[in-house]
Amino acid sequence: MARGAALPITIRQVTKTYGRIHALDHVDLDIQSGEFLTLLGPSGSGKTTLLMVLAGFTRPDHGSLRFGEDEVIRRPPHKRDVGMVFQNYALFPHMDVAGNVGFPLRLRGVPRAEAERRIEAALDLVQLGGYGGRRVDQLSGGQRQRVALARAIVFEPRILLMDEPLSALDKQLRERMQIELRRLHDRLGMTTVYVTHDQREALTMSDRIAVIQGGGIMQLDTPRRIYEQPANRFVAEFIGESSFLPVERDGAGFRYGAHILRIAAPPPEADGHLLMVRPERLRLVAADEPGEDNHFPATVEDVVYQGDSVLVQAVLADGIRIAVRTAPTADAVPVEGAAVTLALSPADTVVIADR
Amino acid sequence: MSERPNEAGLRRDALLERLALFGLGSPALLLVLVAMVLPVGWLFWLSFLGDDGTFSLEHYQRMLAEPSYRRTFATTFQVSFLTTAICILLGYPLAYVLAQLPQRIANLCMIGVLLPFWTSLLVRTYAWLVLLQRQGLINQWGIELGLWSEPLTLVHNLNGTLIGMVHIMLPFLILPVYASMRAIDRDFIKAAANLGAGPVAAFWKVFLPLSLPGLFGGALIVFILCLGFYVTPAVLGGGRVIMVSNRIATDIELFFNWGAASALGVVLLALTLLLLWGASRIVRLDRVLGAGH
Repeated sequence: MARGAALPITIRQVTKTYGRIHALDHVDLDIQSGEFLTLLGPSGSGKTTLLMVLAGFTRPDHGSLRFGEDEVIRRPPHKRDVGMVFQNYALFPHMDVAGNVGFPLRLRGVPRAEAERRIEAALDLVQLGGYGGRRVDQLSGGQRQRVALARAIVFEPRILLMDEPLSALDKQLRERMQIELRRLHDRLGMTTVYVTHDQREALTMSDRIAVIQGGGIMQLDTPRRIYEQPANRFVAEFIGESSFLPVERDGAGFRYGAHILRIAAPPPEADGHLLMVRPERLRLVAADEPGEDNHFPATVEDVVYQGDSVLVQAVLADGIRIAVRTAPTADAVPVEGAAVTLALSPADTVVIADR
Repeated sequence: MSERPNEAGLRRDALLERLALFGLGSPALLLVLVAMVLPVGWLFWLSFLGDDGTFSLEHYQRMLAEPSYRRTFATTFQVSFLTTAICILLGYPLAYVLAQLPQRIANLCMIGVLLPFWTSLLVRTYAWLVLLQRQGLINQWGIELGLWSEPLTLVHNLNGTLIGMVHIMLPFLILPVYASMRAIDRDFIKAAANLGAGPVAAFWKVFLPLSLPGLFGGALIVFILCLGFYVTPAVLGGGRVIMVSNRIATDIELFFNWGAASALGVVLLALTLLLLWGASRIVRLDRVLGAGH
């Protein structure tokens, strides 16, 4: 299959309303050639609507959509030449595996011998070589997923769309397929737009993530930046666990209660501010430990053993609850009711906008 | 170590459960026995009795010997086949339109399709007689609008029989076809489009094959119901369309020949069962190919 044959996608001012609800609200997005971009958001956020606009199944009210240099917003789906993996796979039940994978080739008039070669190559690529004669209902969920993928790439589209393709698989298979899909993307190099509501999946697979809420893009960034420097409270809450402490501006910096925070990164210009604390970034330390870290005295309320870690619920002096994740080694686990000190390094001290 | 506590009690519970199920089913079974199996068996017996009351194959022999009987069966199959074909041509597109409509509007339209179901078959048949006769509404309008100048013979022949039977049979075709179309996941059509199929190709290569089980079922029901039709060919056929049921009625009403009538019934039943058996083989084949899910 051709390598590097990818196209950039340019989305401008795309809007779709259903009655008075904005499913998409003046969306601008540039997807780079060969990029793996994930649209991440809760259900009803507009992420699927945006994917359907890209595929041509949803007609927006207005906006511009370009694949490379071509304006495609009015082009019908069957002329867009994009591959798509559907959430329920949508494998045709009246055709066998080879019939499904060969379907786009037959429509394009590919000669039989070449079609057979390309079907087998696509099946090999998804590790289903020799499965061409199987009936669709003889396949497991994971195998159907691979057939759907083979069918979506066999005609060498320059753009690949995926609509929550792993949501029907069990957890272990899902995690293996995440790595496999990503590896396949790196090998084929096509521009990939992936829709999911699973934040871990998005973090695992993506070059960049667009967090979508209320028909708009909340933040477009790399997985690390999305997790460590979320643009606002919604992004921080949607991705990973976090506690929020109200902070006030104090000159150039911020303070929490009487404590002046030591912050590595400059905080955003906004009215309301919150200190975002990821549970695994907090450490339990001795009260008099020296260093640059911000210290918060707290009382342990609850200790939950979770196998790979221990989740400690603590209460700060002003009554705010805060979660701490710590290693389950015996000497590090506090007991309920104990007074502890929580330490947060300046690099992990992230102040975000409260909206 | 290998104790088997409560084994006898548990076995008794299982037996009682089975008996209770049988008890629930027995009234219906009894009804089928008294109202179906016994009379049909009696007719079957009669068909083998000659005019002198002894065992004889004369009724079956007559059926083979006399060309008029063969014509009757040919007419029956011809009328049934044509009715089914016209029902498919009219019903499939209509079911397709209904299946594309939003559910609420489709349900309203469905009432229109089902309305004839709730009217007496006799009333509908005589209504067609009124509409189709030489001085009927359709001929009057056709002539007044200048579509044709001489009254068309729309009734008392094959045309009238077909019009009446198609009208009665159409819902039997539309219902299963509509149901199978509704069951087709729209993602299949989207996937076909995404893979490069225009609307026409998506219909022929994906939608039509997936709707075939419903079409096959509907056509089979229509065809088999047509085989036993009596009232419509009797009223709208004007004596020119003699189907097996009409022949049976004549045999009994005119000649009091229960044996001949029974033999006709037996042959019709056998042909219907043969048809069903053949169809079941095709449907099973269908499932093997993966379409009949």
